[in-house]
Amino acid sequence: MKCNRLVDVGRRQFLRGGVLGVAGAAAATVMPAGQAQAQQARAMLDYPSNKLANLADLKVNEPMDIGYPDADSPGILLKLGAAVEGGAGPDGDIVAYSVLCPHKGYSLSYHAADKTLNCPGHFSRFDCEKGGQQVWGHATQNLPQFSLRVDDAGDIYAEGADELIYGRLSNVLQG
Amino acid sequence: MAFKRNIDRLPIIPAGAKEHNVTCHYCIVGCGYKAYTWPLKKQGTTDSNWIGEDLSRQQGVETEAWYAPSMYNVVKQNGQDVHLVIKPDVNCEVNAGLGSVRGARMAENRRSEITGTQAQRLTEPMVWRYGTWQPTSWDEALDLVARVTARVIDKDDEDDLYVSMFDHGGSAGGYENTWGTGKLYFGSMKVKHCRIHNRPAYNSEVHSTRDMGVDELNYSYTDYQNTDTILLVGTNPIECQTNLFLNHMVKGMQNGAKVIVVDPRRTVTVDACEQVAGAENVLHLAIASGSDLALFNTLFTYIADQRWVDADFIAKSTFQGDVAVAEDAAHPAALGSFEAARAAVKMTLAEGAAITGLTEAQIMQAAEWIAKPKDDGSRRKCVTGYEKGIIWGNDNYRVIGALVNIGLATGNIGRIGGGTCRLGGHQEGYFRPSDAHVGRPAPYIDQLLIAGGGKVHHIWANDHYKTTLNAAEFKRVYNKRSNMVKEAMDARAGATREELIDAIVGAIEAGGIFSVCVDIIHSQIGQAAHVILPAVESGEMNLTSMNGERRLRLVEKYMDAPGSAQPDCIIAARLANHMERVLREEGRAEYADQFKGYDWKTEEDAFIDGYNSGNPEVTYERLRAAGNNGVQEPVKGFENGALVGTPRLYEDGVFTRHGREDGKALFCMGAWRGLQAPGKAQQKASFRFLINAGRANLNWQNWFLDQKNEFVMDRFPVPFIQINPDDMADLGLKPGDMVEVYNDVGATQGLVYPEPTARRNETFMIFGAPNGTQGNVINAGTNELILPNYKQTWANIRKISDATPAAARVSYKSWEVEL
Ligand code: SF4
Ligand code: FES
Repeated sequence: MKCNRLVDVGRRQFLRGGVLGVAGAAAATVMPAGQAQAQQARAMLDYPSNKLANLADLKVNEPMDIGYPDADSPGILLKLGAAVEGGAGPDGDIVAYSVLCPHKGYSLSYHAADKTLNCPGHFSRFDCEKGGQQVWGHATQNLPQFSLRVDDAGDIYAEGADELIYGRLSNVLQG
Repeated sequence: MAFKRNIDRLPIIPAGAKEHNVTCHYCIVGCGYKAYTWPLKKQGTTDSNWIGEDLSRQQGVETEAWYAPSMYNVVKQNGQDVHLVIKPDVNCEVNAGLGSVRGARMAENRRSEITGTQAQRLTEPMVWRYGTWQPTSWDEALDLVARVTARVIDKDDEDDLYVSMFDHGGSAGGYENTWGTGKLYFGSMKVKHCRIHNRPAYNSEVHSTRDMGVDELNYSYTDYQNTDTILLVGTNPIECQTNLFLNHMVKGMQNGAKVIVVDPRRTVTVDACEQVAGAENVLHLAIASGSDLALFNTLFTYIADQRWVDADFIAKSTFQGDVAVAEDAAHPAALGSFEAARAAVKMTLAEGAAITGLTEAQIMQAAEWIAKPKDDGSRRKCVTGYEKGIIWGNDNYRVIGALVNIGLATGNIGRIGGGTCRLGGHQEGYFRPSDAHVGRPAPYIDQLLIAGGGKVHHIWANDHYKTTLNAAEFKRVYNKRSNMVKEAMDARAGATREELIDAIVGAIEAGGIFSVCVDIIHSQIGQAAHVILPAVESGEMNLTSMNGERRLRLVEKYMDAPGSAQPDCIIAARLANHMERVLREEGRAEYADQFKGYDWKTEEDAFIDGYNSGNPEVTYERLRAAGNNGVQEPVKGFENGALVGTPRLYEDGVFTRHGREDGKALFCMGAWRGLQAPGKAQQKASFRFLINAGRANLNWQNWFLDQKNEFVMDRFPVPFIQINPDDMADLGLKPGDMVEVYNDVGATQGLVYPEPTARRNETFMIFGAPNGTQGNVINAGTNELILPNYKQTWANIRKISDATPAAARVSYKSWEVEL
């Protein structure tokens, strides 16, 4: 966590059509059939594809600070050292998470001994080996995980998130 | 991989969205929330929204301008689909904007036809017909209930009607609903065979403190912020009263309070206290299970011997003399003066240490933190919170009495920074006619049902199958008895109403039972029911309740009921109407007259008929104005446009809960007598593992909804049992394995969760689970007043399966934060 290396923060992408369609949340399911076609009801946002690091930059069990989808949304990129479900890279062990606690937004810190992210706010903790599952705590969601792509050159890109990031009502900031 | 909603944006609450006062209806703390609703086709924008913030920017820590997907849903309001956001209220003194893992999912746990959440909610009345449950009208269902019920009861002869009815606030309880059922069963009728939602009899969980003159909710939550010592007994508040802990106890520790936690288990509360106060200011007394009474009697003796008592308070506010109330069938211990109690409960440090397994030094340390005057001679303030660890533990009456003894002796009741209070489960909301006819000890309903008692059973949001002891036997017998009636009904398919009712009554007379279930979901005991009536929850109706510091609030209805579901008070009223009609038709006019007085149209009518009749100052309008901070009961008046409440009881030193005219509190004279409930000591000797039971942060108080909540079920697909890793190795267990827990009473199952802080041979299992009923292994033994002893249970453990696929995917890491 002490590694404050800056990443390239990619261009921001805006939704075509500007603001959200009606009922932005899970729009595809929220809108009753027959009304949905009136809007560009997109299941999920378009995310920027941001280069976070190269494989060569990562050391096992030493998280690197990142910002994704933009610099105001802090996260970590982490090589766990053993493959996990949802892990990226040649060893299937690279993961990236938001580090804003989804309870009240305190910054999580990494505990290398058991590979968890821990919250000084009210003591929630999340398992980096289990997709950010809340091991115990007050948040009503598991940790947003960033989906990763690794190209032939070993460059690691973040390309999406699977839960709402604390402090923003749209993961890709709008407007 | 953990469950993810894949929701990455939410509709923005527009300026001008409707705002409703909401008190979280799950646990006793009663945190304030605001429900916002607005039309489906409208929304706020990043620069024009409910809060006037620029939402195109990342918001900071503890912002008011964010809500989680769990706080959002689409529901019906006056027949229209509307967006709903329910988010914590920063202006509520209880929680100051904090949500919890339960309350902050209120919106997601509402029924929605659009998002598909809580499709399990009951929407229409159903009756058993053609071998299954068929939807029907309210009138048909209630007519059947009234006709069958009328056949088994008569004026002054209502003992064959058994009633299980919740007595709490919050959830689907509250003053309106306890009054509705209370007026019906204790006013129009005098039903004696009744029980409460979480225990097998109709009784107080805290008889002794009341008999001593001390109401169990006597302080203000702020007392935790202004005290020297917080004493927590058999309670785990960071999980079970989350925002009481986070918003009040934490502040107390930050202000310098020390903490004593009495619990055989190292809970996450102990860890959190160490994080906040520093380990040197936290004393965890990991006593032997069930030995609390020995600890308190030892502490009381030692504190008295050291003269760390409040002599003035004892002289002015407590009974002077010897014995005031003798020990008898209704009083498992005598009550009397301070000196009488001292003589009766005397225990040396050595005795106390031997029984509790603590060191004498630990007990002395606790006594000092509780009572030793400060260096400048001023008295030490100590606030005490207790809950199920002793309420559902060994020797309920005496152990609670012994704890209140310490509060009284040290003058810590009715003072700032003091109080000796239960922490509670649900909110409270009890307003009923007298229950004196039930008697004390109250009838042990579940055992009577097993023995063949009862002909008609009305069940109001109780699920005995999940929350009773001796549960396996109970289920076996109840299924059999209710099946007799189902078979009789099936055999008369196509018959007339009269013939059907004759058939039902015939089966009842042959030992069957006719079961009527009023609930919000089709519960487990509801599988045995013949009539099912759909009820609503808080928010689907206006509902008043008070929290653990007696703070009364009105939850404003913000959405429609599912289908034709009704508030319990209205269901009770309509049932009374049908009873009156049926009895009149049958020519039983005098009895029919007893069912008059239920012309309520709304829950407010029930509130006025009930609570308001005893508290004329309190109206919906005034409560609405009082908002999420409400007013602390008892309400003393209405001045300058606001209700005037009582932040703390007994500040005048006059104790009244026992009804004694002298206003003097009594001490409890209950000596230690080992494991008191029948069969416990023997079970302990015969089985290896303590099966301690309790709740978990994630799903306590709302598990009936959470069994259909993916976020919750993904974390714990099966109820867990925490076991020491060395014991796991002994038994050949891996994390996530399924084990069977079995003893002389029955068997149940659990998912193995390694817990390095668990003591050898001491496990902890989640209580009240829909799948894996811990009650199956709890024997029938209760205390003299039929208080269940869920906590002291011993059993053996064997592996029955490797981890299920769902269980294999979850985290088995420690719950203790590492910062
Ligand atoms: S602490 Fe209790 S009342 Fe408060 S939000 Fe959580 S469940 Fe609701
Ligand atoms: S902000 Fe992380 S637990 Fe509250």
